[in-house]
Amino acid sequence: MSYTEDRAHADVAPGDEYAHEEFGTGLRSYLIGLGLALLLTAASFWVAQTKIMWAPAIPVALLTFAIAQMGVHLVFFLHLTSGPDNTNNIMALAFGVLIVFLLFGGTVWIMHHMNYNMMAPVEGGVKMPLQKGVPLQPEPQRGGSMQHGGGGHH
Amino acid sequence: MSDSAAIPGALPGVVPIRRDPNHLGHHARGEGETRATGRGIGGPSPKRIVVGYGFWIFLLSDIVMFAAFFAAYAVLRGGTAGGPGPAELFDYTNVAIETVLLLFSSFACGIASLALDARRALVFQAAMAVTFLLGAGFLALELREFADLIARDAGPTRSAFLSAFFTVVGCHGLHVTVGLLWLLTMMAQVFAKGFREDILRRVMCFSLFWHALDIVWVAVFTVVYLMGSAA
Repeated sequence: MSYTEDRAHADVAPGDEYAHEEFGTGLRSYLIGLGLALLLTAASFWVAQTKIMWAPAIPVALLTFAIAQMGVHLVFFLHLTSGPDNTNNIMALAFGVLIVFLLFGGTVWIMHHMNYNMMAPVEGGVKMPLQKGVPLQPEPQRGGSMQHGGGGHH
Repeated sequence: MSDSAAIPGALPGVVPIRRDPNHLGHHARGEGETRATGRGIGGPSPKRIVVGYGFWIFLLSDIVMFAAFFAAYAVLRGGTAGGPGPAELFDYTNVAIETVLLLFSSFACGIASLALDARRALVFQAAMAVTFLLGAGFLALELREFADLIARDAGPTRSAFLSAFFTVVGCHGLHVTVGLLWLLTMMAQVFAKGFREDILRRVMCFSLFWHALDIVWVAVFTVVYLMGSAA
């Protein structure tokens, strides 16, 4: 005990460090978190395999469920709150989310455009309307997936 | 102090504290952020808060690293080099079982930290043991999946897609492995040294780590497995 108190006085700020609590005080939070996480996981797997949803909507739904589940984990498992003890944690999280968004979103965005621009000459032949003022002419008779020439969206 | 006397609702005889204008703090009436530790008149934060903040910074940097691997996977997903693609390789049932195992492992870890708050050594050890078993089960399923893929000539050297897949999922598995070793260390330390303040902080960091791994796994099963086969 004396060792603990020596440590406490040596390098711990005043104030109670760890409160003794009755077992089960925070159980509700974990149970809610578990229930929500299970629900969102089930929803994700169902959406990924179902045939009744419009296909392009599936990735959007998956991302939504994933972000929701991450929020559930943060709030109910990691106990991230808006309280004063957590202000710094929230700020760090906001910065982390910004970096992750820049890294992931930026990579996918740039690489998608590079792929698109490098594929275009093969698909569209020589008809690349790169000059300004030349309107893009979609060809009605072909109707393929690559009617627009490369770089058309600049 | 003179302006704070004008605050309505302040108790007579008590020196009023400036109100938290946006009610950011979860404190009672009139007692806002300024009395919170770490700023203002609150004095320095307890070491528990400071350690948790530092470890949280580490976890975020870890998540940024994972984001780089996810970006690589998203870019290389189509680069199968004529080999097998996501749709024919991934087994949804296996991934679902892995997900549920890791989620319940995270839940058991939460129970362990509750037991720690209540200073119940036996409940703590039991919950940590359950956490370990569920985490080990997750790892076993993942290793079995890897072995199965390699046996089907779909190892990391097969294509860019599989390299990215093994990198991101294997990195998460490596984290789980380290976490399991850390878990055993924490069980031993609580057993040998009791509920000392420094031990409590270590267990808190471990539980943050374990929950963060579950968050990363949410991204793994969504981006790598589900979106990988859907798109």
